[in-house]
Amino acid sequence: MSAANRGVPLTTGREFFGRHQSLSIVVAAAVVTTILPLVALVPPFSGFGNLDVWVGTFANAGVFVLLALGLNVVVGLAGLLDLGYAAFFAIGAYTMAYGNSAFTGLDVPFWVMLVVGALVAAIFGIFLGAPTLRLRGDYLAIVTLGFGEIVPVVFRNADTYTRGTNGITGIGQPSFYGLFGINGFGFTNQWPYYITIVVIIAIAMIFLYRLQDSRLGRAWVAIREDELAAASMGINTVTTKLLAFAIGASTSGFAGVFYAAKLSTIAPDSFGFTVSFTALAMVVLGGMGNIWGVSAGAFIIYELQTQGLKQLDSFVKSLHLAPIGPVDLNAINFINYQYLLYGLALVLMMLFRPEGLFPSRRRRQELREAEPLAGEDELVSGDPTGVA
Amino acid sequence: MTADAVTAEAPAGVPDGGGSLLLAAHRISKRFGGLVAVRAVDFDIPAGSIVSLIGPNGAGKTTFFNVIAGLSDPTEGSIDFDGQRVVARPRRTWAEPFFWFALPAVAFVLAAIVEAVSPSPLVEVLVVVAVLLLVVSLIVAVIRPTWYVDLLRRVGVFRSARPNDMVSLGIGRTFQNIRLFGNMTARENVEVGMHTRLSAGLLDAALRLPRHRREEVEAAEQAHRWLEYVGLAGRDEELARNLPYGDQRRLEIARALASQPKLLLLDEPTAGMNPVETSQMTALFGRIRRELGITILLIEHDMRVVMGVSDRVTVLDHGEKIAEGAPDVVRADPRVIEAYLGKGATA
Repeated sequence: MSAANRGVPLTTGREFFGRHQSLSIVVAAAVVTTILPLVALVPPFSGFGNLDVWVGTFANAGVFVLLALGLNVVVGLAGLLDLGYAAFFAIGAYTMAYGNSAFTGLDVPFWVMLVVGALVAAIFGIFLGAPTLRLRGDYLAIVTLGFGEIVPVVFRNADTYTRGTNGITGIGQPSFYGLFGINGFGFTNQWPYYITIVVIIAIAMIFLYRLQDSRLGRAWVAIREDELAAASMGINTVTTKLLAFAIGASTSGFAGVFYAAKLSTIAPDSFGFTVSFTALAMVVLGGMGNIWGVSAGAFIIYELQTQGLKQLDSFVKSLHLAPIGPVDLNAINFINYQYLLYGLALVLMMLFRPEGLFPSRRRRQELREAEPLAGEDELVSGDPTGVA
Repeated sequence: MTADAVTAEAPAGVPDGGGSLLLAAHRISKRFGGLVAVRAVDFDIPAGSIVSLIGPNGAGKTTFFNVIAGLSDPTEGSIDFDGQRVVARPRRTWAEPFFWFALPAVAFVLAAIVEAVSPSPLVEVLVVVAVLLLVVSLIVAVIRPTWYVDLLRRVGVFRSARPNDMVSLGIGRTFQNIRLFGNMTARENVEVGMHTRLSAGLLDAALRLPRHRREEVEAAEQAHRWLEYVGLAGRDEELARNLPYGDQRRLEIARALASQPKLLLLDEPTAGMNPVETSQMTALFGRIRRELGITILLIEHDMRVVMGVSDRVTVLDHGEKIAEGAPDVVRADPRVIEAYLGKGATA
């Protein structure tokens, strides 16, 4: 990207971003961090809940932004459909629970556990990746789905080591050690969590952008395009795919550690298939392959799902609509229908905007100007064209 | 019998002999169930030559080619490249898992002994070490670094080189039906071809070390030069699949050249081209050999294409080598004519 723009004066924002990626991400993160709480104070939103509630949901949304960012590497870049992504989230969360809770008696600081959780998740990512390397497409999806189911079941049934369905409670809080006057984060003040997750997301984004524009990123895309050709160009498909799994899993591990520390209690039921599915929906709806796109997609979907549906509920009830025949809108609890609405959104999206809300350049071209490689059809018709 | 006679008349221009052989395939056979696709084919490629492998459709050319490119293991026979045995039937692969468990097992046994003699904290340390060793050796087994493969080879476990290993050794290839990365630009396609010649890893990229930045700039410049070389100047940023057919063929060659091969395998590179494009293409092959010193193996079923450029032509039919030698000699060989035109044609 940078090489192609050499010698051209800075004109567009896109070019500026190309040259100063990390700076742009930091600035954007700072701007978003300030704007979001301000938006929450503006009338329609301020009615939905007070500022603290909003900041809490922002921090929770950040967890899903991280999940979507990690899954984007696996699905969006390397093209490996992973339906068991929540497993790494669970592994990160349980690592935090083991490292810092009354259950094990350990008290490793949150910041250290962030790294440890990411590493442990990455190792499990490699172990999951290894047996699936020969699989593609639907077969890979089934195996990852299985892994995604196995992990919560293990955490649920190995009571001795995980306290089963009760989960692990009393997980330690992060602490700034007196910096900014904050020690333990506590439960009431959501601001430190919010700031922390934004910083983690910004760092993850910087790394992921750099990886995407590197030799490794090209190898991932090449494998997605044509695995056999990629191998024949010298790409070690085994290590490259495993790295995609490991990077995706470690990002998810960060999210897990943060999630466990924020809730201070975790149970196997919070890592079911719905989490994997939600993360995948976020990636697809946000715009597969585009780091900003999936982040925005994840944030929007999370807020719609938690705040939006709740408000839709009270909004409809406030209208006092008379029942139309057997349909009584007042009796419907919209939060129960979130997956129905999801499904609807996915179907509509795939019909009208298959590249997602904020598609990457590559993806847009791919889906909008879909035409086969010249060789594929012209060879068949035996009609050579295209004089150079 | 005829094949032997033809082989004896190898043209004087072609360097022949042990020292200068770039690739030597010994009695390669490949069976798919009951079907013998390739039968005991000996095939040498002298360094610096352009040799061709021709034969009617279904003669086993592409099967043989895939064995050389590391895509499939031969049922019998072996291939030496640059004096190194790289492809052969896998040997003793069942022994490999023992290596993964050997070191952890030692640690476990030690732990058990210590436990039996006098229980101490050392036991737990040893158990942890054993588990870590197991994790590490499994990860190494999955990633298969070069030193691991060398170690296995030294103890008699042999597995043929995979396609990516062949590229590192110096074999580049193109495909019969174009297999570009359609949604990447021409420049990116060539940069992917450079993969084995670049070294930036995960950390270099994540931390954007100066080494990585320098390498990326150089790669882009080099990619530009390769595109120029094959006649695609100025099309760097075009998506590969939007290029016209002939240019896609050129791009495939640029992508293969970018890996700096010693041997370039071209699988029917002129398929679907008109006579003008074909002659431009064959001129490019000549330049590649002359200017870059790259040896070329050409696979074709159209005999006319190979006659002009090849130093030596080998003919396969029904998986067997039926003739080998200078283009003119091969063309006149009755067995070749028979293979192409049927038995009546020789009479």
